[in-house]
Amino acid sequence: MSTTSTPLKDTGVGKKAAGPVEWLDDRIGLAGLVRKNIRKVFPDHWSFLLGEIALWSFVVLLLTGTFLTFWFQPSMAEVPYDGSYDPLRGLEMSQAYASTLNISFDIRGGLLVRQIHHWAAALFMAAIIAHMLRVFFTGAYRKPRELNWLIGIGLFAIGLIEGFAGYSLPDDLLSGTGLRFVDGLIRSIPVVGTYIEFFVFGGEFPGELIIARLYMAHIFLLPGLLLGLIAAHMVLLVYHKHTQWPGPGRTEKNVVGYPMLPVYAAKAGGFFFVVFGFTTLMAATLQINPIWAYGPYNPSEVTAGSQPDWYMGWVEGAVRIMPNWEFTIGPQTISLNVFIPAVLLMGILFTVLAIWPFFESWVTGDKKEHHLLQRPRNAPTRTAFGVAGMTFYGVCWIAGGNDIIALKFNLDIFTITWMARVLVFVGPVIAFIVTRRICISLQRKDNDAILHGYETGIIVRSAEGSYAEAHAPLPPEKAFALTARPRVPELTAPVSEDENGVANPDGRKARLRAWAKRFFYAHDVDKPTRFEVEDAAHHFHDDVYPPHDFPDDFSGVSETGVPKQH
Amino acid sequence: MSSESHDEQPRDAAHPTHDEIVAREGHDVEPAEPIDNPGLPEHLPRPTDVDPKLEKRAERQVAGMFTAAIVLAVGFCVAYFTVPKDAEIFGWFSLNLALGLTLGGALFLIGIGAIQWAKKLMADHEVIEMRHPARSSDEDREAALEAVDAGVDESGFGRRPLIRNSLIGAVAFLGLPAIVMLRDLGPLPGDKPFNTVWRKGMRVVNDVSGEPLSPGDIEVGQLVNAQPSVFFETDSHGHAVFHGTELLQAKAKASVIVVRIRPDDITPRKGQSNWDVDGIMVYSKICTHVGCPISLWEQQTHHLLCPCHQTTYDLADGGKVIFGPGHRPLPQLPLAVDEDGYLIATSDFREPVGPSFPEVHQNRD
Amino acid sequence: MRFLSTHRRHPLAGYAVLLFGLLLAAALYAAFAPGKADADTATNDPAKIEEGRELFLVGCASCHGMNAEGIMTVAGGNYGPSLVGVGAAAVDFQVGTGRMPMAQSAPQAIRKEPVYTDEETDALAAYIASLGPGPAVPDEEYTDVSEISQEELTRGGEFFRTNCTACHNSVGAGGALPSGRFAPSLQGVSEKHLYEAMLTGPQQMPVFSDDVISPEDKRAIIAYIKNVQNQPQAGFGGGGLGPVVDGMFAWIIGIGGLVAVAVWLAAHGARVKKKRS
Repeated sequence: MSTTSTPLKDTGVGKKAAGPVEWLDDRIGLAGLVRKNIRKVFPDHWSFLLGEIALWSFVVLLLTGTFLTFWFQPSMAEVPYDGSYDPLRGLEMSQAYASTLNISFDIRGGLLVRQIHHWAAALFMAAIIAHMLRVFFTGAYRKPRELNWLIGIGLFAIGLIEGFAGYSLPDDLLSGTGLRFVDGLIRSIPVVGTYIEFFVFGGEFPGELIIARLYMAHIFLLPGLLLGLIAAHMVLLVYHKHTQWPGPGRTEKNVVGYPMLPVYAAKAGGFFFVVFGFTTLMAATLQINPIWAYGPYNPSEVTAGSQPDWYMGWVEGAVRIMPNWEFTIGPQTISLNVFIPAVLLMGILFTVLAIWPFFESWVTGDKKEHHLLQRPRNAPTRTAFGVAGMTFYGVCWIAGGNDIIALKFNLDIFTITWMARVLVFVGPVIAFIVTRRICISLQRKDNDAILHGYETGIIVRSAEGSYAEAHAPLPPEKAFALTARPRVPELTAPVSEDENGVANPDGRKARLRAWAKRFFYAHDVDKPTRFEVEDAAHHFHDDVYPPHDFPDDFSGVSETGVPKQH
Repeated sequence: MSSESHDEQPRDAAHPTHDEIVAREGHDVEPAEPIDNPGLPEHLPRPTDVDPKLEKRAERQVAGMFTAAIVLAVGFCVAYFTVPKDAEIFGWFSLNLALGLTLGGALFLIGIGAIQWAKKLMADHEVIEMRHPARSSDEDREAALEAVDAGVDESGFGRRPLIRNSLIGAVAFLGLPAIVMLRDLGPLPGDKPFNTVWRKGMRVVNDVSGEPLSPGDIEVGQLVNAQPSVFFETDSHGHAVFHGTELLQAKAKASVIVVRIRPDDITPRKGQSNWDVDGIMVYSKICTHVGCPISLWEQQTHHLLCPCHQTTYDLADGGKVIFGPGHRPLPQLPLAVDEDGYLIATSDFREPVGPSFPEVHQNRD
Repeated sequence: MRFLSTHRRHPLAGYAVLLFGLLLAAALYAAFAPGKADADTATNDPAKIEEGRELFLVGCASCHGMNAEGIMTVAGGNYGPSLVGVGAAAVDFQVGTGRMPMAQSAPQAIRKEPVYTDEETDALAAYIASLGPGPAVPDEEYTDVSEISQEELTRGGEFFRTNCTACHNSVGAGGALPSGRFAPSLQGVSEKHLYEAMLTGPQQMPVFSDDVISPEDKRAIIAYIKNVQNQPQAGFGGGGLGPVVDGMFAWIIGIGGLVAVAVWLAAHGARVKKKRS
């Protein structure tokens, strides 16, 4: 735009607002804050928006959830239903379920808002996990962002519980079956399980208190915690400034992108409307949790395909594939068949996630600040661990839907369970090995492209009659981006004793650490040295690859053989 | 993996590579980067920056989306008041579809319009902002420590251990009321997990209808989902004996299934050989794994499958678990026939029903 | 049936319903055209029994034996069970839904295009019924659910959830059983066949005899199944399979769609080299 607009203070609005704004600044010093932050820079990359999907879904959840509370009655008192849904009229049901039917059938737009709320919840958890995987695989949790990683893990964990609490509130047959599962899960806690069950449910399952208690947690306690943690997450994000991908002009010491006002505000603000609009369109066209079809909760009824919402699916799967170990020692019975997959496993997941950044930094000895992201291939061992973890999660997840898979693909449900029992151990190991090899191959491919150029797709016949594919040098920006990564550190054997033969007091620990570091880096392919790059450039034309002269703006040929130009 | 050599890029102190020489001779501690940072690429204008026609078109697009959002928002209100709640279209609720499409469309268009505005029309020069280290400066650290020290010193926190320790103790002891207050969250379990409402002589009746069952009604291959008759009885005032959440609590333990298996096929558990009536057996309907009601009865194999986690019981073999994560066999209810020819229980279950708990194998009879 | 009968039409609904109706009619015809059985089966008509016996000898006797006494395998297994006493209802269900004759050995006979016409099915049923007493094909009175009251519908739902949903799912979408067997979907199964399935307990399904669940209650169950399957939905329902499908949609459509927008949002759009003219 060639014309600039009038400064704000000279416009009509500006003149009118001047008084109130001054009043405000006199009291809270707004200008300092605005000056510091309004042009704050955010780098652009689609993967940086995954967390934003989670953030905006949370806002959608707050808005739609507030609407739902206007009619929802968190009571387990049994009342006869007399709403407009025929097949259940006259039936005794809890007020919670009756009021959810009421929201679905008698409040205009209630069904839509219920469905938006549920889809947004499913998206919230999905976006959290997608965002967490992005952060993990790019190494964005490294110093100084470890604390923000921990906050993220907290959000993940609380989000799970929050989602489960919401799933349980309507008191339909599906949510009651979920609570029954939790009842069994609590009972499996050694020694105190029965007591905790009676305290949580206010007596025997299902009792008359659990919905009201979960409601308090769902609309007050857990959202409050989520809100606080999200705020802390954002404050730290602003303080650290966003990470960025390496590229021309981007360094560890700067951040390149668009200013908060106007571009980022428009994009991020627009994205909120996109997320809200998208979940609303999903709610308009895709049915989710038709509570009326399940009927009211009754402990003697159940439906085939009783499943938790997707984010608890992996726990469900772990419970399904667990062998039936239960031991009685003296007067105490320990139900490991439930306790290990349902209680311990979740604890293990969150513990492993939480300590990973600290563990990695202990292994690598890397205590520097990192603001440039790593491509997954450039940390092969980390990436391999991540994919192994995803494989474990994925096998459990699939096992959680074993009945649906058996039904839809005409398979034997026991065979699926047995396969999952094996794959849950074998799968991650295979995934680890394969992923690491793929990463290393990709590193080699990058080095190849830096040193020998990229394949142009042009086949050249030499005077001798042999054929070869012509290579062209990478554009310098691209070549730089490929080399903008830390070097693989030197790996030295730990000193087990000093020159006088005195054993190193930290010998065992140091050896372990050296072993871990070696395991972490051992197979990595380092980037080429400057010498190698210059040498390769010098010999580019007498290389094994046939020489070819390309115009300046040549950038290879497309898949269909047409030359592309910049 | 370990057999593979770990030095794919051999390093040898005796033969330093070029960049290591550069590093040693230069002032940089790190070896020189293989390729110099070419710096931020030159800013190139967008088509909308150079072609006024395209610029105008983008402007119209954005404004068009915002205008369409207005129309849709009005459409939402119209739909709200005109579409009946129970109208149906494509087998879907018309109102849900109409409200969702208008509201969702309006929101989505506002979002897409704003992003399009930013992408096509707002200035798009990339900006560089310098980072600062996350740590505070040494000066700040110094000053902060001094300030804290001064505060601690003035409080005498370190010099008056009596006050300090008693304060810590006082606050710690406040945890006790906080914990004790939670005691009334629920009653103690007592014997409740061990008992159900089944009693000697109580009839086994069909669930939902409450009709008593006589052995003649039940064929081989039959499944009856049943309940104790007390759930269908009223007291002297005409009120149901069990109602509301009490009924649900009782049902969560007392629900049973009635099956009939050819007596030759049955291998009863020890001491339970007379618990059936001509092959009619009553088992708890509550899975011993985590408590789902189980009634996936395969009449030909005598297997009972839980739909939640696929624990599979063999009811011809004393309710033994033959697959899945459940452990305890399904409890069987001892059965007889009363003088009117209807099925009755001869006692409560002899073992706890439902999911295992730490005390499940303690004898509380 | 206030819920269904009082639906007022959206202005556009007419066309949609017409289109939907045509499609539905075509689909229904394809699947169930031969399914309109005549309930007034003269089961004791000797000519019919004889006709049925001849059909039986040609199409069924190779597995079930020349006199429907069943055939045991050498290992003592059941090659084809005895049909003496299974009654006309079992024949009408098995043959009328195309489960019998089985196309191949499988863990479970599946529903398919019936091989026999209605007439032939009646004849087979008459022949089997003549071999020994067994449940008869139900009266039309108990399979006609058009006049069901709202109270009966609710009661039918209670019976359905107590006895049926554990295997067949809350909207009759079906469910898995051990060893590759399954509880089939109840979508599009005729009222008569639903009744006969409860009455005779085909394959692994338990028997729900008229003594335990009365014919009136069976009719209420059938009415509930038809209602829950034909009532409007709040959007595409994913086959009624529940949270597994919801989770799939959340990831594929939800995250997939939003990531597509994110890619567009963050993309560095087209650039030109020339300056503004």
